[in-house]
Amino acid sequence: MKAYLTKRYRFSASHRLHNGEFSEDQNRAIYGKCNNPHGHGHNYALEVTVSGQVDLRTGMVYDLCALDSTVHRAVIDRFGHENLNYVKDFAGIVPTSENLAKKIFEILKRELATVTLDRVKLDETSQNSFEYAGDSELRY
Amino acid sequence: MVYLTRKCEFSASHYYHNPEFTPEENRRIFGKCNNPNGHGHNYTLELTVKGDVNPKSGFVVDLKELKEILNREVLDVMDHRFLNREVPEFAKEIPTTENIAISIWRRLCPTLNVAQLHRVRVYETPDLFVDYYGEE
Repeated sequence: MKAYLTKRYRFSASHRLHNGEFSEDQNRAIYGKCNNPHGHGHNYALEVTVSGQVDLRTGMVYDLCALDSTVHRAVIDRFGHENLNYVKDFAGIVPTSENLAKKIFEILKRELATVTLDRVKLDETSQNSFEYAGDSELRY
Repeated sequence: MVYLTRKCEFSASHYYHNPEFTPEENRRIFGKCNNPNGHGHNYTLELTVKGDVNPKSGFVVDLKELKEILNREVLDVMDHRFLNREVPEFAKEIPTTENIAISIWRRLCPTLNVAQLHRVRVYETPDLFVDYYGEE
């Protein structure tokens, strides 16, 4: 039986949305308040969904401790309490939540080699969330 | 096709243990969840059914009937129970969130003649849930 396991994590980070190739006016027009030169912060909520056959011996799709350890090491410790504009993953990339969701998915895809990573969902605020499933369609 | 989700909660205790493992293996694999006296959760079940809207009633499903089925097949069975000891399928299967979701699907499938099952989602905690879509 195939099941989908989702765990939610939280981290706080700051960012500024700015593209050096745009003029100051373009940046303000496109990014609005998010272009404030001093940046601003979010309490991000991250949902990681993995899927697979339920192991008949353990009753689990994947070892939760292993998932926690991987996500904390590869994502939370990497981005938590950072200014994303200064994190090397975002050199030359605007650290929007779209790009952050994609980046997190790519990192975890590499790290979670023994289970299928289905989807990453990032809540930037209680009103905005971003989901990324790589090359696959999202399943609801 | 319209998807309708009904949410309900139940409180239950469980522990994780496979008698085919050694005590050391059980402790290593399941950690604190292996405590034989069990521990508890407030589970949340989100049941999603799907179907076309009935042109006369405007319903995908009569929620009164759905609620009755959920009470009978899930809540009466699992609410305020020690899952390992009181729910028949968990005498042999480990009552992980995955197996609870699958168990609920199996219990509802034959009786849910009022709508088509789409997804069973079980939250063990607000930050941990499993989805089952009936796939083998």
